[in-house]
Amino acid sequence: MITKRIIPCLDVKDGRVVKGTNFLGLKDVSSPVSLAKFYSECGADELVFYDITASVEGRAIFTDILKEAASSVFIPLTVGGGINSVSDFDRVLKCGADKVSVNSGAIRNPSLISEAAKLYGDQCVVLSVDIKRVDGVFRVFSKGGRENTGMDALEWIKFGLDSGAGELVINSIDTDGVKNGFDIEMLQKVCEISDVPVIASGGAGNMQHFTELFNAIPNIDAGLAASIFHFGEVSIRDLKMKLREDGINVRL
Amino acid sequence: MTGIIDYGVGNLFSLCSSFAFIGEEAIVSSDEAVLSSCDRIILPGVGAFADAAEKLRSTGLDKFVHFCASSKKPLLGICLGMQLLFDKSFEYGEHEGLSLIKGEVVPIEPDVPKELKIPQIGWNALIFPDDKEKSPLFKYINNGDYVYFVHSYYAKHCEESLIASTEYGAMLTAAVSNGTVFGTQFHPEKSGDVGLSILRAFCEMK
Repeated sequence: MITKRIIPCLDVKDGRVVKGTNFLGLKDVSSPVSLAKFYSECGADELVFYDITASVEGRAIFTDILKEAASSVFIPLTVGGGINSVSDFDRVLKCGADKVSVNSGAIRNPSLISEAAKLYGDQCVVLSVDIKRVDGVFRVFSKGGRENTGMDALEWIKFGLDSGAGELVINSIDTDGVKNGFDIEMLQKVCEISDVPVIASGGAGNMQHFTELFNAIPNIDAGLAASIFHFGEVSIRDLKMKLREDGINVRL
Repeated sequence: MTGIIDYGVGNLFSLCSSFAFIGEEAIVSSDEAVLSSCDRIILPGVGAFADAAEKLRSTGLDKFVHFCASSKKPLLGICLGMQLLFDKSFEYGEHEGLSLIKGEVVPIEPDVPKELKIPQIGWNALIFPDDKEKSPLFKYINNGDYVYFVHSYYAKHCEESLIASTEYGAMLTAAVSNGTVFGTQFHPEKSGDVGLSILRAFCEMK
């Protein structure tokens, strides 16, 4: 049977991996290429590269680094950050990305999802959504979680699925960086309406949180995290061994 | 030297990088003369069956693929490239394939429990048939090893050529072979060390 995926996420700025708490206070961690190789060897099922660079120069460095990583790491690579047009899809796919994740770019231009799905196939288009509770309602935030769009998150996700998104990355701003566990309530709601794989993001602080995630939501597909892997708090190998002991099907 | 057929379908970056990584020379080409000089051939492919079959025919490279099979030049179809090897596909209508392997390509959906997501995306285990010898393609890997799948259709009625299945609510065809013609539904170039070992085994075929 298909396994649950464990996905380290590498936020890349000016060619270096960073990870912030609640998206603020970025810390430099390591080189994306060596980290990607390391994770692949430790049994990561997939890698996500988020380009959080704002400058043109930084973007060019990112593309070079992506190419280098994709030449030495042979597991699926998803690239996100700064994807605003199909030419951005083209740029990262040519450098070895397998899937491309859209977030703010799709909020600004919702037809980007369907245009890209038609050109590259649904399986290539990942809709990444940053969600935060505002007065008890799940709202979509854009620009790396800084701006409340006012959009209802579940409505936006439904639109994305109808437009051809082949996978969802759901990041809870409420739990991101807090390390208190994934946002089970939010993820459950998303899984109820999604017929494509859902990747949980935001809140993993220890191995038990992954067990809780997969037990609470049996049809969730993957857990994504950054800092707990980067800082060595949790090794992917140990995590997968624990998940297997807990009866969760993983690739070892 | 391994020739990778370029017929305008899919992204060949990872495939080329995989060969470079295992130290095997590979060349991407749509030129029959160049491909003919290669020791073995890869037929890649992602996207829709009808479109890919049409592109292969319009470039005349379908004949070259047939020539590979008849002249015993090892051939490996990957993902949609594997599906093209079959008699036909029922992806959005009914379309003729290359008929190098007996069977047909059908949607996964009606054959698996409905709570399972389509496409199957992710890592799943290879199950070798217990009534056959292990395929030379798998000489460096083991029954139960994991590989990476992304597909909504699968090959059916191909028991004779089946060399590996995978379980996704039903047994789905994961790999096939007929003489020197091989096909994998999964992506060896995205399946970590296991995938690279499969490509290495293929590169030892002459």
